[in-house]
Amino acid sequence: MEIESTRHGVLTGVSRALPVVLGYVPIGLAYGVLAQKAGLSTLNTLLMSLIVYAGSAQLIAVGLFAGGAPPLSIVLTTFVVNLRHLLFSAAVAPFLQRWRKIDLAAFAYELTDETFAVHSAQFATEGVPGRAEVFATNVTAQVSWVFGTALGILVGRVIADVKPLGLDYALPAMFVALLVLQIEERVQVAVALLAGVVSVGLLLAGLDQWNVIVATVIVATVGVVLEQWNRT
Amino acid sequence: MEQDIVFLTLVGMMAVTYVPRLLPVLMLSSRRLPPLVVAWLRQVPVAVLAAMLFPALFVQEGRIDLGLDNLFLWAAVPAFLVAWKRRSFFATVIVGIVVVAVARLVLGVHS
Repeated sequence: MEIESTRHGVLTGVSRALPVVLGYVPIGLAYGVLAQKAGLSTLNTLLMSLIVYAGSAQLIAVGLFAGGAPPLSIVLTTFVVNLRHLLFSAAVAPFLQRWRKIDLAAFAYELTDETFAVHSAQFATEGVPGRAEVFATNVTAQVSWVFGTALGILVGRVIADVKPLGLDYALPAMFVALLVLQIEERVQVAVALLAGVVSVGLLLAGLDQWNVIVATVIVATVGVVLEQWNRT
Repeated sequence: MEQDIVFLTLVGMMAVTYVPRLLPVLMLSSRRLPPLVVAWLRQVPVAVLAAMLFPALFVQEGRIDLGLDNLFLWAAVPAFLVAWKRRSFFATVIVGIVVVAVARLVLGVHS
């Protein structure tokens, strides 16, 4: 019985990950190609998908590597870009109070925008399924990301230029998608416009590589003030 | 860049990515973050995404470019519409990539 239900959980978990897989394979491929073109070794390209495992941060980092940005700036940019995971983690925390620390550590390792979207919807409506099912979803998602990366490495060896395939637009298009899907209130539209303008202004003022971090910190603070203002 | 330095950068990236993923789920079973911190963190995703998106669309070769040949800017219009109407991450990315690829191949826009 125990084994039967675990097997069922794993299959259910894998099937829940399928929409994520559809997105991860092509974007992982774009990452793999761009990482090769940025001069990352095959090993480092794969390693980033294995140990960092954060789609948008990986594509941004590849752009920074290609532009010769200093490592500290790449790490800090990654930190700011991935800070949103704090929220995801905080949001699922109440559902996982009975899990062991080791399981939480493994769960957090594979917590991405997309796996969070799958889990949070399920936790809130159907409750938390067995660990086997949750981990099956997470592992399937990451395996597809690494698989897409490997495909990208192979494709990157064959094609000379990513431009005819439009792959250099993967990142801007991803930002458009993530941004639009994040916006739920009017204050957030103001925050988005302001952050974009400040970031462009800082960039043109010569604050290359740091404009994103500085604009985010300033405008997130302004956003908090705007929100309080709007309420009173 | 040396691959060794790339590797060390990856380790740093891993640390700064994993810690924010791990800490809340480990520590928030009994405690909660201060409301002001939560309010600030809630603003971060939109701010950081816009801060990355705008330069990619509006700035080409170090200058603001609103010209018709700024393909990255105009391809964002259909991508934006798909994201807004379909609420689909995957469809948005594919539409954006296809629009750019087709514009370059068929229309011969070089940017």
